[in-house]
Parts: sequence; C-alpha cells; structure tokens
Amino acid sequence: MNPIIAIREFKKHNFLLYYLTARDFKVKYRRSVLGIFWSVLNPLLMMIILSLVFSSIFRADIANFPVYLILGQSLFQFMSEGSSSAMSSILANAPLIKKVYIPKYIFPLEKVIFAFVNFVVSLVAVALVMLVFKVVPSWQIVFLPLLLVYMMLFTLGLGLLLSALAVFFRDIIHLYGVLVTAWTYLTPLFYPISMLPDWLQQALQFNPMLHYVNYFRDILLYHTAPTLLENLICIVFAVVTLVIGLFAFRKSQDKFILHV
Amino acid sequence: MSEQDIEAKSNGTMCKSHAIYDEDMVVVTHASMHFNLSSEIVDNVKDYFIKLVQRKLFYQDFTAVDDISFNVKKGEVFGIIGTNGSGKSTMLKMISGVLKPTTGTIEVRGNISPLIELGAGFDPELTARENVYLNGAILGYNKKFLDDHFEQIVEFAELHDFMDVPIKNYSSGMVARIGFAIATVVKPDILIVDEILSVGDFLFQEKCENRINELMDGGTTVIIVSHSIEQIERLCDRALWIEKSKQRMLGPVDEVCEMYRAHAGD
Repeated sequence: MNPIIAIREFKKHNFLLYYLTARDFKVKYRRSVLGIFWSVLNPLLMMIILSLVFSSIFRADIANFPVYLILGQSLFQFMSEGSSSAMSSILANAPLIKKVYIPKYIFPLEKVIFAFVNFVVSLVAVALVMLVFKVVPSWQIVFLPLLLVYMMLFTLGLGLLLSALAVFFRDIIHLYGVLVTAWTYLTPLFYPISMLPDWLQQALQFNPMLHYVNYFRDILLYHTAPTLLENLICIVFAVVTLVIGLFAFRKSQDKFILHV
Repeated sequence: MSEQDIEAKSNGTMCKSHAIYDEDMVVVTHASMHFNLSSEIVDNVKDYFIKLVQRKLFYQDFTAVDDISFNVKKGEVFGIIGTNGSGKSTMLKMISGVLKPTTGTIEVRGNISPLIELGAGFDPELTARENVYLNGAILGYNKKFLDDHFEQIVEFAELHDFMDVPIKNYSSGMVARIGFAIATVVKPDILIVDEILSVGDFLFQEKCENRINELMDGGTTVIIVSHSIEQIERLCDRALWIEKSKQRMLGPVDEVCEMYRAHAGD
C-alpha cells in the first residue's frame, strides 16, 4: 500500500482506536469502587507478596529488593498482558470483522496500547516504592522514553504475530499461557542473574525481556546509562519482532474471516 | 432474451421517482468467491496434521459466488434476490469490503454504510450513549461529528429516556433502532441493506423505509438484499437474481421478479 494512503487510512481510524481503548478502560473498571486505583494497587500488592516470599525463601542478596522486583515485574507485566490480550483480539472481535470492514490491525494495536496505558499508570506504584526506599532517579531517567518505545514495538510485533497465529491454530492460546509462565522464570525478575549457572546466563542473552528489564533497572535503580551496544540489542529485538509480526499479519489478514 | 437485451431495455424504463446518474458507483467484474469447505474448520495443530496426512486439507472447494458481473449507477436502488444459500449475502460482504473476491474485481466509489445486521459493533456492557460513539467510530465517524449529531440519532431512535442504560438491558427492537439511527445519520454514497427491514415494530419499519426513501432522493445509491419480492419490487429499479451461486438474470426489477416467481428453485 502506498504510504500516503496508509497514513490517511490510519488517521481515519484514529478515533476508533481511541474509543476502543476508552471502552476497555470503562469496562475494566466499571462497578469497582476503587476503579483505576487498582492499576496502582495491583502491582504494589504483588510486589509486597513476592518480596515477602522471596526475601525469606531465597535470601537473594539484592539491595533494594522491592524496587528491583517491582521494576522487573511491572515491565514484564506490560509485555505479557499486551501480547496475550492482543493474541485473542481478532477472535474476540470476530462478529464485527464478519460484518463491517475495519482494518484488522486496529484490534491487536488497541490491546497493546491499553496494556501500555495500564503500565504507565502502574509507574505511579513504581514511583511510590522508590520513594519509600529512597531510591532517587538521576539524569539517566531521560532514557525511559526510549525504553518505552522499544517495549511498545516489541510487544506490538509479538501481539500481531500471535493474533494471526491464534486465528489459524487455537491451540496457541492455551500454549501461550504456559510459555509466559516459563518466560517469567527465565527472566531475572525476582532473582539476580548471577545466581544462574554460566551456560544458562549465556543462553538467556537471547531473551529480549532480560535486556529490557536490565535497561529499566539500569536507568532507575543503578543510575548507569545504558551503553550504545545495549541500546542496539534492544532495537534489534524490537525491530525484528515487529517486522516478523507485521509480515505474518499482512500475509494472513485476508483469510481471517474464513477462519474466525 | 439475453442479458444484454435486458440491460439495454432497463435504461429506457426507469420508473421510480428518484434521479439516476450516469456515473458507476459499484462495478463488479467476473467476481467469484471460493471457500475451503472442509467438513469442519481446522483450527488446531492435531487436526491439521491428521487432515494433512489424509490429504483432505485443501480439497473441498465450495464456490459461493461464481463469475458474477454487474454495475450499479449513482442514485440507483439495486436489489439482489435469490433463495437461501444462493450467495446473496456473500455478494454484499464482498461489496462492503469484508470479503475479498477470490478472482475478479470489485470497484467501489464513495463511502459505504453497511446495514448488515444492526448493532453488530455494540458492546453489551456499555450504555447506549457510549455505544453510539463506539458504533459511530466503527463506521468511521469522528468525535466532533458524533457530538454534533448525537441528538439527531437519539431523536430518530426515540429512546431519550434510555440513553444511560447498558445495551444488555435493551430489547432487540431497541438495539435495532439505535443501530439504524447511527448507520443512516450521515448521507452515505452507498447504503447496503441486508434483510434488516424486518426488525422493529411496523411503525419503526415504516420510519426506516421513509428514511431510506429520503436518502435515495438525496442521490444515495442503495443495494438491498431481501427474501421479500414485494419489498424488492416496491423499492428497486433494477435487480440481480442469483441462483446456486450463478448469475441467472440481471435487468429491470419487474421482469426479474416475474421470472423469479415463475422459476425460483429450478
């Protein structure tokens, strides 16, 4: 498609994107007393439980463990929530896709944006924990927007790929839940990577989330600026995932309607 | 009488009150739609491999629409008739862009407002007010437009007192009212109507038909699918008869309906 038409198409459906996200928000918090505070409260409670469990079981010697934990936890949550909800978005909107023409990428994109908004709200929880443990971010915080862009592209790529796959193979929906659990444990969210044997540490270099989580901790917890190489690794993971996702999605989107 | 003859004659005998222009709004050229009709949809890996081994995967081809060509002019009201399962709705879905033809081309000029199943994009958890915006966004309207026309939509649907009630508490007739009001609030270039005039009470049906007549007078092109020959005869200028996926007849509505009555199901 020629880029000018593509941009015009995108603009035309801007409001739809906005409204679908707003709808998700409304439906999620409707009739709960605390409403949006749950987006702050949830990661906080999760962090408290996990720090209680892991500081007494593993006795991992990590300074500012709760901060270490909530940084990894919230970032991983964004990725897993975004990609899982994007995965079933095409199937969930099947009745609509069968009746009206809407560009289909809208649905996974909207789910990733919704997860992103939730993540941004949960940054309030992160800030609270940092405040309590007197971890004051320094100038390295300017790298945060970069990380958010990497994460957005990576999650979107993954979401597009999964949503297309899920249309043709429903098994993936059941499988992905298990995979995400495995992925959680294979990312140093609540333990230090130095705890692992050498070969596993090497292997985990291929886990994109490891790099993103490290990046996040580097800029907020350890006050170190990520190197150019770290940035490059993050970009390559994000761009490659996005390209694969877009390609798979574009290739198969016209056949969705025959399978949903 | 060949199709060309019928076509030629139809140009001379436009009888309905609205104006028809010489400009083509929809051009369908040799469009076919094939489905892979394997007895059940293969959507998990195990089945996929079983079918692959049995070589059943790509073989059961079903042609829902077979080599159909026609054009619809600006301002025209065009009907599609045929018995159940003959491919009428598939044809409409192809025109509205939901399905892409397997072979052949479909050209559409101007914006389409589909009335295929009213309220398709409603979220039952949201209130009617919120659903007006959601459905409007799905149809491609922006926020300002919806703000400006909100009153008009509510007015038409006659549901002032229920706008802040979740749609899940609505009756199907009320949902249809809102859906119709949103879909026709704008004057679309092409309006697609699929059997929807059978919903709602008779007063509302009358109102819907009046609204469609109003749109037709304003130069909107209308494509209608219906089982009801009477309705097609009353509203349309020309009609296409599809039988078992194939084009049987294209021409002025009276002649097509007459033939259809005589030969339907052959």
